[in-house]
Amino acid sequence: MHGNGYNGTVRIGFYICHCGHNIASIVDVKAVAEYIKSLSGVVVSSEYKYMCSDPGQELIQKDIKEHSLNRIIVASCSPLLHEHTFRTAVEKGGLNPYYFQMVNIRENVSWVHTDMKAATEKAKDLARAAVQRVFHHKSLETKHVKIHPDVLIVGGGIAGIHAALTLANAGKKVYLVERDPTIGGHMAMFDKTFPTLDCAACILTPKMSQVKNHPNITLWTYSEVAKVDGYVGNYKISVRRKPRYIIEGLCVGCMDCIEKCVYKEGKTPDEFNLGLSKRKPIYIPFPQATPQIVVIDPETCIEFKSGRCKKTCVEACDRKAIDFQQKEEIKEIEVGTIILTTGYQPFDASRVPFYGYGKYPNVYTSLEVERLVNASGPTGGELILRDGRHPKTVGIIHCVGSRDKNTNRWCSRTCCMYSLKLAHLLKEHTDAEVYNFYIDIRAAGKSYEEFYDKLLDENVHFIRGRVAEVSDWAVRPSEEGKLIIRAEDTLIGIVRRVPVDMVVLAVGMEPQADSQDVRRMFNISCSTEGFFLERHPKLAPVDTFTDGIFIAGCCQGPKDIPDSVAQAGAAAAQALILIDSGEIELEPNTAYVVQEECSGCRTCLTICPFTAISRDEAKQKAFINEALCKGCGTCVAACPSGAIKQNLFEDEMIFSEIDGLLKMESPACC
Amino acid sequence: MPDKPKVAFYWCASCGGCEESVVDLAESILDVVAAVDIVMWPVAMDFKKKDVEAMADGSILVSLVNGAVRTSEQEEMAKLMRKKSKLIIAYGSCAHTGGIPGLANQFGREELLRYIYEESPSTVNPQKTRPELKVIANGSTVTLPNFFNIVRALDQVIDVDYYLPGCPPTPKLLKQALEVLLSGKLPEKGAVLAPDIALCDECPKKDTKPSDLKFTEFKRPHWMQIDPKVCLLAQGILCMGPATRGGCEGVCISGNMPCTGCFGPPSRIKDQGAKILSALASQVEAKDEKGIDETLATIPDPVGTFYRYGLPVSLLRRKNFNSTG
Ligand SMILES: Cc1cc2nc3c(=O)[nH]c(=O)nc-3n(C[C@H](O)[C@H](O)[C@H](O)COP(=O)(O)OP(=O)(O)OC[C@H]3O[C@@H](n4cnc5c(N)ncnc54)[C@H](O)[C@@H]3O)c2cc1C
Ligand code: SF4
Ligand code: SF4
Ligand code: SF4
Ligand code: SF4
Repeated sequence: MHGNGYNGTVRIGFYICHCGHNIASIVDVKAVAEYIKSLSGVVVSSEYKYMCSDPGQELIQKDIKEHSLNRIIVASCSPLLHEHTFRTAVEKGGLNPYYFQMVNIRENVSWVHTDMKAATEKAKDLARAAVQRVFHHKSLETKHVKIHPDVLIVGGGIAGIHAALTLANAGKKVYLVERDPTIGGHMAMFDKTFPTLDCAACILTPKMSQVKNHPNITLWTYSEVAKVDGYVGNYKISVRRKPRYIIEGLCVGCMDCIEKCVYKEGKTPDEFNLGLSKRKPIYIPFPQATPQIVVIDPETCIEFKSGRCKKTCVEACDRKAIDFQQKEEIKEIEVGTIILTTGYQPFDASRVPFYGYGKYPNVYTSLEVERLVNASGPTGGELILRDGRHPKTVGIIHCVGSRDKNTNRWCSRTCCMYSLKLAHLLKEHTDAEVYNFYIDIRAAGKSYEEFYDKLLDENVHFIRGRVAEVSDWAVRPSEEGKLIIRAEDTLIGIVRRVPVDMVVLAVGMEPQADSQDVRRMFNISCSTEGFFLERHPKLAPVDTFTDGIFIAGCCQGPKDIPDSVAQAGAAAAQALILIDSGEIELEPNTAYVVQEECSGCRTCLTICPFTAISRDEAKQKAFINEALCKGCGTCVAACPSGAIKQNLFEDEMIFSEIDGLLKMESPACC
Repeated sequence: MPDKPKVAFYWCASCGGCEESVVDLAESILDVVAAVDIVMWPVAMDFKKKDVEAMADGSILVSLVNGAVRTSEQEEMAKLMRKKSKLIIAYGSCAHTGGIPGLANQFGREELLRYIYEESPSTVNPQKTRPELKVIANGSTVTLPNFFNIVRALDQVIDVDYYLPGCPPTPKLLKQALEVLLSGKLPEKGAVLAPDIALCDECPKKDTKPSDLKFTEFKRPHWMQIDPKVCLLAQGILCMGPATRGGCEGVCISGNMPCTGCFGPPSRIKDQGAKILSALASQVEAKDEKGIDETLATIPDPVGTFYRYGLPVSLLRRKNFNSTG
């Protein structure tokens, strides 16, 4: 009956799952089972309430033995969910797991249709396609690769720090690569943290110095990953170490050189203080910076610019740590797993011009205020505005660059809470009147709502409404010399004008500017807004679609410190699973070049996104490193002479599947 | 002395080039003629249909049939040759994959007839006379074969044993094929009697083919001075070599002309045009939709370029008459 080479040796077992009511309420599972039974090659065809349950799996195993089945098809949910389950069941039944085929009649049929008759027909079509496909299935070997026990962590914010310490304490060797001169990330800039108001430095700096001193951690700051090669378990990484012009092993961070630099005062906007203060060409980002090693900025150092500086810094350094000849260095390392913790960048407030950032000096971003209220900040914690005044009234505008279809649609999750924190700190530092302009207060964490209540008791004002504009256009005498925040108070339905001395823009969180480059380098995906994409939003939140690469913290999406730390721990645990199991199974869905069919045309060489293909110059043929191949199929489609085949996706399988779908038994003619 | 094996030649919708290629055997043709009895060869010998009909079924060792099948007469003759022959060889691109006549599958029969008999610039036919299947004039009846809606390759009409590809096949391949068949060591049924590897393999310009072609534009050969040493694709000229079966010894390439695909694809490939297209498209320099469109728009006559010889056997096969009437 089938034109697909049926020679009586293929014995198919077909099982359709009710998935409770999920499938059975829309698909007539009995009718499908009966229909499939009538197809040649099918020996067993049955339906069951939950195929993924133990009895469901045992049914398959029993039938394999009793009926000498050699092909198994389960029509149920998505392969992403249960392909592994059923393959394992088939293997336990004594059959090679790749004789199994799954048909998704839940996501593809029952969940998306309402007409039972049509849905049942569609389920039959899909099942028939699988029946025709499995004739061509082959026994394949699962490959195993060894996992190198060392781990690379990219980004030394709180997430990276926590993951590094977790792994190092578990006895694993960790390379932590941070591109700034110090680790700490955004958290190092904060004075206090919500909701407990504990001092950020007090909880962060001990962890930073643990990282520095841990025997299992190699810390490379002022460094970036330049190249990633390899695959799960066997990544080869090149790290570019930018020259600090300081010999790391000699500098003890005494800062005598900074003191003695020919510049008596700093002239360059200080990056760590977001330009609220100035630094010298030789500097250290902040007193607890880790490592405690100074940096020379060649852009502003006179010696680099003219070669004619007195080099008082060199004189000052009795450890001879300054080296103007230092060159960029490339370090090559091998690791088995990678955790990306590259964090976020704050929203650029000048993108909403009507809030006056960059136009009115007393409009600040929240991050700047974190520095202003910080005891080790540019003003030593005293709240002095850019015009030298102390604010008596402050307006905090929530959701700047969040929940806004003109900028970013997402909620940045932390801004409500840190705005409450800043309101508290501003009141504490200045006793000013503080107004919060909010859309909703999102305080959905442990002890967060209580923190909000506390702020209400502190007489912080809350105005519900999106701010239309910040201007200095006074219409009343009381508004003279002030910034006027105009907003609709949606609770009482009037437009309010609130004159203030200082405006704080609660900027949202965005993907890092280079997140696309980073994701390409590590071969992972981003979701539409640009944050790194997790493998599954619920069930695999720190995995990526690339084996052995994990994500944690704000590079995956906006979140606060507790969540970043929780994810970092989870990512470390995922890496540990791989490291401690020592090896990993690879899907055998890899591509291979049939040597005698390859014409050496080179089409495939550069298109593999995983650089798995190279050319044997002596034989003038292409070949694929199966350990690198992810089975994406790009080369299979591109090879113009059909010399590349892919396990589990051979042409005959796909064409028979299509024929099955179209109710064709062999290619029709004329 | 036992009878010499019988060999027949027949032509369907073809240009006559395949016949030429038999004559191109030159002196070797004498060996062929000496080794076999030619029982049918319309282009060169005066045998009639009834002569063939009179022969016992299966009595011809091998018939080499060239040309695609467009008319009822061609279909009838193909079936007759099949009946009388042990082996049928589809000879040349038109019989093998539909060939140039197969490009007519872009149009329906009515469209074609209307254009040829009414609309073409050189037609003068105020009465709009069309050929009729049967005309009675001056008391005698004249019949014409039926003109089918589509053009078919030979194996879409009769069972074919072997294929000799090429437009036309090279004398070398023909000679090899005849030697093999006469020796009695028959290849596997359905075989294409040419190497099963793409042309680049034997191309003299192969070493200069870069791994990333980075197309920005496809150029036509007459626009430029072609560097004879460099891979044509590397010069932006659309060469079908990577998706075309070798065996022609790169005759076009050596003449500084791109491969147009006449040997058809290697056996693994179902659709030659789709294959070369996916290979070329994956090497377009532009990565944005607009840039990609601009580059691809420089390909002249895509169907005629990618399916020049194989439209009837491609996945497209022909125009969808249902949707266009
Ligand atoms: C104004 C403000 C106040 C906040 N207050 C609080 C609070 O009180 N409590 C709270 O829980 N949360 C708060 N948050 C949220 C908090 O900042 C984040 O949850 C936390 O910093 C996330 O840590 P992370 O390690 O994921 O990212 P980050 O802190 O952004 O660290 C990322 C690190 O990776 C480095 N990096 C980036 N790219 C690369 C690369 N390609 N190569 C090498 N290194 C790289 C960066 O230099 C940085 O050091 C606040 C946020 C803002 C904006
Ligand atoms: S060389 Fe001169 S400018 Fe540069 S850090 Fe030393 S003293 Fe300062
Ligand atoms: S299928 Fe081909 S292109 Fe894709 S990863 Fe494997 S070798 Fe590379
Ligand atoms: S594309 Fe195909 S034929 Fe060309 S080199 Fe690669 S494997 Fe060989
Ligand atoms: S693409 Fe054409 S010219 Fe280039 S190597 Fe292949 S056959 Fe030769």
